[in-house]
Amino acid sequence: MSLAKPAMRGLLGKRLRFHLPIAFALSLVAAAAFKYGVTEPRKQAYADFYKQYDTTKEFNNMREAGVFESVRPTGK
Amino acid sequence: MCMLHLTTGRVGCLLSKQVVVALTSSGARMSSHGHHEVSDSVDMSQPMYWDRLDTPLPDRPWKDVLDSTDKSLKQKEKGPWTALSKEEKIALYRLKFNHTYPEMKRPSHEWKTVIGGMFIFFGITGLVVFWQGHYVYPPQPHTFGEEWQAKQVQRMLDMQINPIEGFSAQWDYKNKQWK
Repeated sequence: MSLAKPAMRGLLGKRLRFHLPIAFALSLVAAAAFKYGVTEPRKQAYADFYKQYDTTKEFNNMREAGVFESVRPTGK
Repeated sequence: MCMLHLTTGRVGCLLSKQVVVALTSSGARMSSHGHHEVSDSVDMSQPMYWDRLDTPLPDRPWKDVLDSTDKSLKQKEKGPWTALSKEEKIALYRLKFNHTYPEMKRPSHEWKTVIGGMFIFFGITGLVVFWQGHYVYPPQPHTFGEEWQAKQVQRMLDMQINPIEGFSAQWDYKNKQWK
């Protein structure tokens, strides 16, 4: 029964050489996915919202609804 | 029924002084020691044997009280090992070690006890929680009522809470309904 002598050295190095590039690549992929899946759409959504936003109109809507304490709704 | 499986021979490493002497169903462990009483305590001043995956070579061999056949085998071991037959080599291994690595790693039924115990305690906790909900809790605040909650939602929509990606973004202000 003569088995091959197992690897005695360089085990950590071998593991790192295999896993570190994968780890870096996956991290970059995760960051890119978050950027283009979440942050860019979010920035676009905010930009689009404020393009159409009429502040005075919305303020008056809120005022009439009665949510402010500094200005009461117009009328009684 | 599966009983709680106390892992045999689980001794701490040499830095810790805790030794749990297991109650095995075979009892063969105790019988092959010449220097061990029937009591549960282990003499920590003597070299110990252990079966551990992470610390492979114990301080003493498994069987140190050898009968005459074992003694003659140990004498033969002092010569060239090529003279030993396969059975003799295995017998020498078994003198030195109790369990092989696959035997140490053998799966047990302990998980069933663990999962069963978990569910039992979940159930008991559920009963306790139910009883407490009935007998202990004070009445709910008035702000939990249906009417108040509806008024609250209306106020949040009036204030345009999170109008871009959140709460009010889901409300259709023109048609006065949820999108």
